[in-house]
Formats: sequence, structure tokens, C-alpha cells
Amino acid sequence: MTGLAVQDLFVTLDQTQVLHGVSCQTPPGGWLCLIGPNGAGKSTVLRAAAGLLTYGGTIRLGEADLGSLRGRARARAIAYVPQAPVLPPDMLVADYVLLGRTPHLGYLSRPGRRDRLVAEAALGQLDVSQFTGRRLEQMSGGERQRVVLARALAAEPSVLLLDEPTSMLDIGHQQQVLELVDGLRRSAGLTVVSTLHDLTIAGQYADELVLLNAGRVAAAGSAAAVLTPDLIAQVYSARVEVRKGHDGRPVVAPVRNVQ
Amino acid sequence: MRPRRPGSRAALIGAAAAFVVAAALVSVFVGAANLNPVAVATAMAGKVPFLGVHSGLSPLDSAVLFQIRLPRIVLGALVGALLAVTGAGYQGVFRNPLVDSGMLGASAGAGLGATIAIVYLGGLGPAVVPVAAFTGSLAGVAIASLAGAIGAARGSLGSGTATLLLAGIAVGMFLTAAQTVVLQRSAQVLQQVYSWLLGSLSGASWQQVIEILPYAGVSVAVILLHGRHLDVLSVGDDEARALGINPQAVRAIAIGSCALAAAAAVAVSGLIGFVGIIVPHVARRLAGPSYLMVLPLSLLGGAGFLVLADTLARTVLAPSELPIGVVTALIGAPAFIWVLRGTRAVDT
Repeated sequence: MTGLAVQDLFVTLDQTQVLHGVSCQTPPGGWLCLIGPNGAGKSTVLRAAAGLLTYGGTIRLGEADLGSLRGRARARAIAYVPQAPVLPPDMLVADYVLLGRTPHLGYLSRPGRRDRLVAEAALGQLDVSQFTGRRLEQMSGGERQRVVLARALAAEPSVLLLDEPTSMLDIGHQQQVLELVDGLRRSAGLTVVSTLHDLTIAGQYADELVLLNAGRVAAAGSAAAVLTPDLIAQVYSARVEVRKGHDGRPVVAPVRNVQ
Repeated sequence: MRPRRPGSRAALIGAAAAFVVAAALVSVFVGAANLNPVAVATAMAGKVPFLGVHSGLSPLDSAVLFQIRLPRIVLGALVGALLAVTGAGYQGVFRNPLVDSGMLGASAGAGLGATIAIVYLGGLGPAVVPVAAFTGSLAGVAIASLAGAIGAARGSLGSGTATLLLAGIAVGMFLTAAQTVVLQRSAQVLQQVYSWLLGSLSGASWQQVIEILPYAGVSVAVILLHGRHLDVLSVGDDEARALGINPQAVRAIAIGSCALAAAAAVAVSGLIGFVGIIVPHVARRLAGPSYLMVLPLSLLGGAGFLVLADTLARTVLAPSELPIGVVTALIGAPAFIWVLRGTRAVDT
């Protein structure tokens, strides 16, 4: 059980500064969701936490400084699912999920019995055990997303980074995948940090929302505090109205400008 | 259709090993000097110490078997294995199934090296050509890698593998042009250079087997040990890094050992194309895309394939020989079209 704390994160890509001192954190077992318009820097925060880019500032994983962890140790603690994972079309689902065990393998060792068992368990948790012998290209969008999540879980991480995990899915499959993630978080104490485009859905699943705008934190807190018509108008240049759903969480509805 | 159980994986490896043995047997008995199978068997047994079996072959046949045919078969198997494993390794590095063992300036560098040796260093004897080809092949890859690294540092082609491939093509063309310049100045050795370029195992000897064995052993061992890492690279650099693998380091190690393997092969055989594309492709069709299977299957398949190709090369037009590069191209070009037919769009 490990939380994640990002402190004063600066990132420069191609000589352009894209993050200007972003701070956010989540306790162990929490779900932190980054929202904000395209190009706000949401994915960059996740990529920094996954160890994919150099950054200024600190990212702490529990007590440990992420920068002090080397590749495999970091990969054992943090699993990263990009927005568009590369899925080799010919690869079998079973082999793909087994790749998730990579951080646990010594340089020259090969996956053993325990690795296979963990991979099988991950497939079971996401209810895709029946697809192990299929090739990745034979899977539908929703099935693929679950297989990708199974690969992430096979690493037995304490933190799961999900970049737009539902962007390719219809609303039913979005709910299905997010419920699965939420269940894993509750049963296994997994800490989840995700980005999500759909503000209503983000408010329904996350404990903490962080609204990014042009590489800075514009607002952070509960869904009710962050999802306000004024903030959304200011950051997204969007016209919305916010209602209260039956669970008390905000529902963000776009409003058309009728002349 | 694809094997999933570990048992069927072992069966595939076993079948590939049997293919090598069968190819070697065919090659032993086919040729200008018709060797009697029983006599060959007793002659082989006679080489085993303390068995006390006497060779049933005449001294001449015995020399044909032990000094000409067997070293040629062993060398052919070795070269085929090296070329196929190199092709498979490069295909993993570049995530592109159409990449061959001679790329990255390896073939062109070997060609230039051999040409320089034949034209300018002919006085030093024939042994200088393999050394020059070996050196030229490694130098070609080194120059292409350097050019690719410079291009990737300044350019914008993603992870740099596409830049490296393009740099390899450019370096290859440059080295081939340089070779033509050298050749233009000394047309009298054209025949000799030409026959080297088309590949041949006709000069095979135990000496050559022993010379390339250390390079072959080390490079193949390193490549085979990185099969799992190549599988991880297939999900792209970002995800590989997120899984704790350093993609640049894996690529550098794989390219280095592939370059060594290809240089060892080219030094004793000249330029033999297509083996590095067809054999891994067939392996992939049989066993799926995992390099844990594609690499060992390519190793064995390449060995058997080249032994058979060489048997054809020395028998089809007997008593004269067809260059083995011509045989692999005659079989390989149509097979390559078949490869293209079954190939998806790839990203590099």
C-alpha cells in the first residue's frame, strides 16, 4: 500500500516547458484523476511518474523518491498503461500478459511457474481468462482494454497509472472497465492515478480531481469543488451546466449556445 | 493452429533439429563422387576412437568425405544459422519482418573490404579476403550506426530505429559505390570479385570452421539470451521502459552481436541473401511471434536450409557450380513475395 505524491513538477519537452510546478497527491488506495483540456499536461504527469521522461521536482512513492529507484524496482511498484498501448497483432493474449512480469525477472532469467500463475490470476481478475489462446488482433476494443489492464496487474504494482483508459470505449464498456479498476482498488489497495476526458465520469470514480490548465494546477479537490460551471468555462472555454446526480456527485452537461 | 503448449514448442525445435540432420545426410550422399551410404557410415564410425572399425571407403573417397564434403556441410550449416539468426535478431530490433542480415551496411562493407583485398592485397595470398570482408562488414555497421545516431540526435524520427535503417541504406549505397570505383580501376579481377559477391562455399575447410566458430558461438549465445528482451521491445520503447527494460541498451547489444554474426558468416561465404528473411518468417508462421521461439527455430532452419541450397548449388550444373547466393535468390525471391503477401503494415 503506497501513495503517490508529486511535488513541484517541472517538465520541458523539445525546449518547451509543458509543466510549471505541478503538485498533487493521493493516499494509498486512493484514486487521483487528472482532468483538463487537450495539451494541459495530464499525460506528461503520468509519463514522468512512469519514469519515461526527465523532470524537475520530486515524485515520492510512499517514502521512496522515485528518482532514486532504478528501472526494474520502479517498474515493480508502478504499472503504466498508455492511452494507445502498442498491441503486436500476432501476439497471444497469454504471452502479452506475461510481459507484465518483466520487472520481476532477472536479466537473463525467463518467466517461471509463479510468473505464469500471477499472469493467469490477472487474466482471471479482469475476466478475460477465456481469451488466453487468442491473438491480440482478434480482440474487440473492450476486451483489449481489459487485457492491457491484466498485463499491468501482472506486475503486482502498488500504483496503477492509466492514461485515458476509456477513450476507445463506448459508455457501457467505459463503466465496465472503470468498475473493474475501482473493484481492484478496493480489494487490493491499489493506488490509481488516471487521466479522464469525461468530467462526469471522472467525478464519479475519483476521490480527488486535479484540474490542469497549460501545465499548472487550476483547481484541486473533491468533484463538487472542482466541477463548477465557472471553472470549466474558464479553463475549457466551454458552456456547461452542472447538476447534482442522484448520488450527490456532479453531472456536467454541455449547453448549446442557441442564438 | 499456433502451438500453445510447451510440449508442442519442444516438438517444433525437435522437428527443426531433425531437418538439419536430414539436410546434412542428403548433402553427404549427393555429389560428383557417389559415396556408398554403408561405407560412409563405417568410415564415420572409424573416426570414433577405440571402436576399431575400419573405413570401408577408398582413400580418395575418404578424402572427399572428410576433407571436402563434411567441412562444407558444417560450414554451410554454420553460415545458414548465423544469417537466419541475424535476420531474426534485426527484425526484433527494428520491429520489421522485412529486414535482412546484410542491412546496416554489413553486406556492402564486406563487399568493399573483399574487393580492396582482391585488388590491392592480392599479393598477400587468399587468406586476406575473409579477414578484409569480416572487417569491412563490421566497419559498415559501425559507420551506419554512427550515422544513425547522429541523425537520430538531430532529427525527429521517433526512437531512432527508422533513422538507423535509413542511415544503413545510405551507407550501404555509398560503400557499394566506393567498391565500384575500386573495381573500375582494375577490371582484370572482375571475375574473382564477382564470384565472391555471389557467395560460395566451394573453398570450405575445417580451418574456416574453426576460424569463425568463436565469433559464431559468442554472437549466437548473446542473441539467443536476448529473445525475451526483443519480445518486450515489440510493445514499443515507452512501454518497454515502463516495464523496467532499457530499449537502447537492448538494441545496442542485439545490433552488436548480429553484426558480429553476419561478419563471421560473410567472411567465409561471401554475400548470401534472403536466408535472413525467409527462415525467420517461416519460423514465425510455425511458432508465433515470440523471439523465444523464432530465434532458436531460425538457427536450426537456417542451418538446414543453407545446407540444402548448397547441395543444389554444387549439383544442378555439375561439374560446374552455381554460386550459392544465386540459389538462395532463385528460391528466395519468390518466397519473399510470399512473405510480402502475408505481411501487415509495420512501423519501425
